[in-house]
Amino acid sequence: MTSARAVSTRPVLLLAQFETPDEVIGAAERVRDAGYQKWDVHTPYPVHGMDTAMGLSDSRLGWIVLGSGLTGLLLAVSMMQWMNGYDYPLVIGGKPPEAYASMVPIMFELTVLLAALGATFGMFVLNRIPRHHHPVFYSERFEACSNDKFFISIEAEDEKFDPNATRAFLDGLEPSHVELVEETV
Amino acid sequence: MSADRPIADAVIAEIGETPLLPAHLTPALVSEQVTSVTERPARLGWWLYFGVSLMFLGVLAVSVSYLFWEGVGVWGNNSPVGWAWDITNFVWWIGIGHAGTLISAILFLFRQRWRTSINRFAEAMTIFAVICALLFPLIHVGRPWHIYYTLPLPNQMGMWPNFKSPLLWDVFAVGTYFTVSLLFWYVGLIPDLATARDRAKSATRKRVYGFAALGWRSSNRHWRNYERAYLILAALSTPLVLSVHSVVSFDFATSVIPGWHSTIFPPYFVAGAVFSGFAMVMTLIIIARQVYGLKEIVTIKHLELMSKIMLVTGSLVGFAYATELFVASYSGNEYERYAFTNRATGPYWWAYWIMLTCNVLVPQLFWLERLRTSLPVMFVVSILINVGMWFERFVIIVTSLHRDYLPSSWGYFQPTIVDVGCFVGSLGLFFTLFALFLRWVPQVAMFEVKAILPGAQPRQRQDPHGEHHAQPALAVEEA
Repeated sequence: MTSARAVSTRPVLLLAQFETPDEVIGAAERVRDAGYQKWDVHTPYPVHGMDTAMGLSDSRLGWIVLGSGLTGLLLAVSMMQWMNGYDYPLVIGGKPPEAYASMVPIMFELTVLLAALGATFGMFVLNRIPRHHHPVFYSERFEACSNDKFFISIEAEDEKFDPNATRAFLDGLEPSHVELVEETV
Repeated sequence: MSADRPIADAVIAEIGETPLLPAHLTPALVSEQVTSVTERPARLGWWLYFGVSLMFLGVLAVSVSYLFWEGVGVWGNNSPVGWAWDITNFVWWIGIGHAGTLISAILFLFRQRWRTSINRFAEAMTIFAVICALLFPLIHVGRPWHIYYTLPLPNQMGMWPNFKSPLLWDVFAVGTYFTVSLLFWYVGLIPDLATARDRAKSATRKRVYGFAALGWRSSNRHWRNYERAYLILAALSTPLVLSVHSVVSFDFATSVIPGWHSTIFPPYFVAGAVFSGFAMVMTLIIIARQVYGLKEIVTIKHLELMSKIMLVTGSLVGFAYATELFVASYSGNEYERYAFTNRATGPYWWAYWIMLTCNVLVPQLFWLERLRTSLPVMFVVSILINVGMWFERFVIIVTSLHRDYLPSSWGYFQPTIVDVGCFVGSLGLFFTLFALFLRWVPQVAMFEVKAILPGAQPRQRQDPHGEHHAQPALAVEEA
C-alpha cells in the first residue's frame, strides 16, 4: 500500500523504527528539541519518562472525571430528594422523607458510576478514538509496534516537515529503518 | 532494566527472593504465547471443558424455564425461610467477583507487579460472576418482567422506588459494580486487542479485533491519557468493591433478625469476598495454565503469593466468626445467644462445621511453604474454600431465618431439585462464559507484562528539561 505507483500519492508521515526503549527515548528527546509539533512515539507498552522526553504536559483527564463524578453526586441527591421527599413523600421507619443519611450509599454509587464513565469516555475523547483510519496503519512494518518494536512518526502536516530534510534528520537518530508513508490522493 | 540493577539483584539474592518471571521471556514471546491461544484451533481439552460447561448451562435453561412456567414456588423457599439458596448464591457469586477487582485495582494501586500475569483472568471472572449473581435476585422477585420497578422510571402509578431500602441500594451498588468492572476490563483490553489485530492473518480476525481495538496505535500521546484513565478507574474501583459487599451485607445487617443484625457484617463480608474470590481465581488459573502452557507467565511464585492472601483473609474470616460468637455471648441478648448456639448445634450443625472446617482450618495448611507451592494442594484447597464460603452464606441466611421469634413458625428448609438445578446451572453459565473468554480473548494483560520485563524500561536518565527518571531501586518483583 505504501508503493501505489499507478495513482498519484502524497506523503503523510515519516516513520522511524527503533529496537529498544533506550534508543527511542533518546531519539524522542531530539525530535522534541528540533521543534516538531505534529509527531508521536509509538511503543508496545507505556515507557516511563516518555512524556517528558516528548515534552508533553500532564493529562487533563482528571478534570473530566472530577466534573462527571460531581454530576453523579448532584444527580443522585436531586433525584432522591425530589422523588422521595417532594414528588411522592415516603415515610419509612419513622424517618423524614428527605433524610440524607439513608441516601449516602446511592450518592456514592452514582458518583462512582458517572466518574468511571467519565474516565473511560473522557479518555476516548482526549485520544480521539475510535479512529480506524490513521495513516500509520498504511505501513506493514508498523504491525510490529503492538508486539515489540518502537516507532517515531512525524506528520507531513507539521510546519517543519520537509520530505528530504526530515528524513535526513530521522536517519541521524540511528533508527533501524525509516519509511515514508504515503496515501493516494 | 535500570542502572541500579546490580543493587536490586543483590537485594533480591539477600532476602532469598526468586525472580517473578523467567529471564528469557521477551515481549515477542509474551505476544506469541498469549495471542496464539486465540489463533490456533482449540485443543481437545477446551472442547471437553466447553462441552461440559454447556451441558450445565442447559441445566440452567431447563430449571429456569420450568421455574418461570410454574412460579418461584418450585424452589424450597417458604415461610419462615424466604431467602435460601437464591440469596446464598447471589452473595456467593458477588463475593467471587470481588477478588477480580481486588487484583486488578487494589494491587495496582499498591504497585504489586505480580498482578499483571493474573489480572485479566481475575477481571473476566468478576464480570462473569456478577452476571451469575444478578440472575438470582432477578428470578427471586418472582415476576422478572417487572424488574424495572427497581429503577427510578416514571410510571402510570406516579410512584418512585424507596431509596431508604438496602435492597434498592443493592440495585445501584451491583449495577454500578457491573458497569465499572466492564469498563475497567475493556479499557485494559484495548492495547492487547490491537496486538491480536496486528498479528491476525485472516481478514475476519483483523476486522473483529480491529473493531474492538478502536484503532489503537500504541501512541505515547494516547498512553498518557490511557494510563491516567486506568489509574482513575483503579482508584474508583477500590472503594467501590468495598462498598458493594458492604451494601450486600446491609441487606442483612439493617434487619432485626438475630444473627443478621450486626455491625460486624460489612468488613466481615468484604474479607470473605476477597477470600472466596482468590480461591476461585486460583482454581481457574491452575486449569488455564496447565491447558495453555502459560507456566512461564503465571509462575508458581504468583500462585504462592495468592495462597498467602488466602491464608490472611481466611484467618480474618475465622476472626470474624470468633468475634460474632463473643459478641453473642457478651451481649447478654438471649435471642442473639440462641441464634449462635443453634447455628453450631441446631438442625443445621453440619453446615456450620463444614463452613468452619473449609474456611478456617483448611487454609492454615498454607503456613507450610511446601504445601502452598504444591499445585494439587492449592487446587484442592481453593475448591474447598469456595465450598466453605458457599456454606457460610447458607449458614448466615438459612439458620437465622428457620427459627422465628414464634416457635410456631419454626421450620426446616430443604432444597428442591430446581434449587439444585439453578445453582449447578449458574456454574454452567459461569464456566461457559469463561471458556469463551479463554478461547477468544488475550487471557493475560500482555502489554502490562511486557512493561515489567527486564530491559523494558529505559535506563536511568538525566533530562535537562524534565525531572529525573528512575526506576524504583528495590523493585523486588521485577525479574
